[in-house]
Amino acid sequence: MSTDVVDKGRRRFLAAATGVVGAVGAGFVAVPFLASWMPSERAKNAGAPVEADISKLEEGRMMIVEWQSKPVWIVRRSQQMLDSLPKLEGNLRDPASENVDQQPEYAQNEFRSRKPEILVLIGICTHLGCSPTYRPDIAPEDLGDDWLGGFFCPCHSSRFDMAGRVYQGVPAPTNLVVPPHFYLTENTILVGEDGRAA
Amino acid sequence: MSKVIGWIDDRFPLMKMWNEHLAEYYAPKNFNFWYFFGSLALLVLVIQIVSGIFLVMHYKPDGELAFASVEYIMRDVPYGWLIRYMHSTGATAFFVVVYLHMLRALMYGSYKKPRELIWLFGMFIYLVLMAEAFMGYLLPWGQMSYWGAQVIISLFGAIPVIGDDLTLWIRGDYVISDATLNRFFSLHVIALPLVLLFLVVAHILALHEVGSNNPDGVEIKKNKDENGIPLDGIPFHPYYTVKDIVGVVVFLFFFATVLFFFPDGGGYLLEHANFVASDPLKTPEHIAPVWYFTPFYAILRAVPDKLLGVGAMGAAIVLLFFMPWIDRCKVRSIRYRSNIYKINLAMFVVSFVVLGWLAMQHVTATITLLSQVFSLLYFAFFVILFITSKNEKTKPVPDRVT
Amino acid sequence: MKKQLLTILMSVVPTVTLAAGGGVHLDDAPIDIADMESVKRGAKHFVDYCLSCHEASYMRYNRIAMDTGMSDGELRENLIFTTNEKGEPTKVGSLMKVAMTDEYAKKAFGTEVPDLTLSARARGADWLYTYLRTFYVDPNRPTGMNNLVFPDVSMPNVLGSLQGIQKAVYKTQTRQGVEVETVDKLELAQPGTMTAEEFDAFVADLVNFMVYLGEPVQNERRSLGVKVLIFLAIFGVLAYLLKKEYWKDVH
Repeated sequence: MSTDVVDKGRRRFLAAATGVVGAVGAGFVAVPFLASWMPSERAKNAGAPVEADISKLEEGRMMIVEWQSKPVWIVRRSQQMLDSLPKLEGNLRDPASENVDQQPEYAQNEFRSRKPEILVLIGICTHLGCSPTYRPDIAPEDLGDDWLGGFFCPCHSSRFDMAGRVYQGVPAPTNLVVPPHFYLTENTILVGEDGRAA
Repeated sequence: MSKVIGWIDDRFPLMKMWNEHLAEYYAPKNFNFWYFFGSLALLVLVIQIVSGIFLVMHYKPDGELAFASVEYIMRDVPYGWLIRYMHSTGATAFFVVVYLHMLRALMYGSYKKPRELIWLFGMFIYLVLMAEAFMGYLLPWGQMSYWGAQVIISLFGAIPVIGDDLTLWIRGDYVISDATLNRFFSLHVIALPLVLLFLVVAHILALHEVGSNNPDGVEIKKNKDENGIPLDGIPFHPYYTVKDIVGVVVFLFFFATVLFFFPDGGGYLLEHANFVASDPLKTPEHIAPVWYFTPFYAILRAVPDKLLGVGAMGAAIVLLFFMPWIDRCKVRSIRYRSNIYKINLAMFVVSFVVLGWLAMQHVTATITLLSQVFSLLYFAFFVILFITSKNEKTKPVPDRVT
Repeated sequence: MKKQLLTILMSVVPTVTLAAGGGVHLDDAPIDIADMESVKRGAKHFVDYCLSCHEASYMRYNRIAMDTGMSDGELRENLIFTTNEKGEPTKVGSLMKVAMTDEYAKKAFGTEVPDLTLSARARGADWLYTYLRTFYVDPNRPTGMNNLVFPDVSMPNVLGSLQGIQKAVYKTQTRQGVEVETVDKLELAQPGTMTAEEFDAFVADLVNFMVYLGEPVQNERRSLGVKVLIFLAIFGVLAYLLKKEYWKDVH
């Protein structure tokens, strides 16, 4: 070994500087690998906003469009369905849609929709991801007398009303999700984008 | 910190391994430029494994989908192009580094007693690497992938009696097909990398058992101080770690230059014809293997007989395995060996490079003749070495490294 | 009578060069891949003249928009004229496919129509640039046209109305005692809607786009490469100083 005095300060500084710059470099190298797990252009295209033509949707009926490989329900609610909404408020977990993750701002209202009669929902139960069934019938035998129409999940019997609001005492924790959407024209909805003025 | 290490050390030889292979592994202090390529080969291995793992996440080993899935990686996957170019440039870098590493061994006699086994492990690494590269090259499923594999697999058909059945068995079909692609994929991503890793560990363990050679070819263990530490040795860590970092950065500079500015290497790294999807009915006009195989391909083409050609090509590789016994000279380093050896090795390197170039040319009478001449020169290296090395006139070897 | 028609070389433009035997002379394609306006024009030409038969099936429309700075609206207006199977307008993120099947192409053209996504990487820009400008009248061909760099090509001369119709001027050479007729140069027999300069610029834009199409990321690749090299240079200096510092111990 050397007889010279080792300049420990310089040595430590250079080791630290090389180490830090090297670590930064390693961080940069990690970026492309991590980024490669993000949705590819193919996935983005498949998940691109979809247009839905609701001109032929009759009152009380539901249509389903696919967005990001998920079912999106569009229901034209009747006046009677809309009237049923306030009646249920005592039975619901989140009647005023206070959980802001479950709907865009423009759907945080008593109907959970942009237009009162048109309901747009992602048809996936907030419990474990099953797709509930549309049950507009009132007080059917299997669902009981207090059923005023809504969505019923066959997997674990979660119940949602005609605005996708979850009932109390069922496994699903939150209301059904309203996806971003807006009206391109009177009768076409673009699902997947919030549109200009929300 | 030391508590944690103590806890581990009671259960796993962590510090023991650290010391044996880095902090108390004494390497000769006179390593030169040529001694960078071992650690660089290790770096490239890591690059290939990491980039390969990520490519497999997007690639489809399917005759219908493979070609498009590569373009999908190049276009649709975020940074997929970078990962793919890393892997394709890495393949070339691997061979550059390994060839220089092997040349180092030839120059300084690193294969000689007691390091024969290091050399043999190394040669097996080289062999597996060639198989790995060959099978990997099929995966993009372009025209060159397809027809290159067709030609190479047909070589096995030269083997008497079983040849035809053997090629059928390798392909799993009457031509290269989806079946071939799938088995090559499996071997490329699982089987061969496992073998490679095992061999690399064996190579390094064997090296650290006997200690590194050096440009003077003297044994540093012969001169030790009172603590049993070689007088000409320095701990690998920190001295060679900091030195190798410099080597790594310089290497990465070249690597990044190719990757970012010449990823297809003018058609030598990613061949033009491989941008056309494979078509079993149409052979591309000009088939040449990727550069790292070309010297052997030239030898194959030089011999006007299928079986002998394949035999010559095989011999060109197999002979290298026997270097520790072909070279009978006791002196290791080229620095203290005769001019005959120097000229002989120089001719060998020249013929290797020229053969590589010849294989990329269109066949003409001149090219064939040249291929034959340089093939002979290639083999002459081993013959001349065997004859002259026994009683070679060498210079005196110093006792200590210079 | 055994007049073989060896198509050797030539060029439309006055810069006629001759290749002595074998190889075909290719004109240098005057392209600049960093010129995104040219790529944009080329994209339009490509959609107008190529995409009705050829696909670029690994490329997405909106990638062009992203790289050339077009909005989705401009993209729809300029490049997307197709609909999907359901008759809805093609999505901006769709692959640039065409409806023609390989079977139909075989019937109509006698061959499958190649995908053009990677043709610039397979053939090279100069080849494309020369090929697109060297169609000439040849009554022996079903399309009535032949091509200098791609003899007996099946593709019709789709740019003919722009370029005009070219005729070959032949010359006779004696090779190994056999008289061989080769194309000496091409002459404009009937003008098209463009002048020669305009047409060359048109083709250059088209080829520029096809080079871009072969590897859309290439500009980004180069600019990232510069940054990486600068980083490595800085790291290299530090690593070198560190090495020197430690190696002071070694004598």
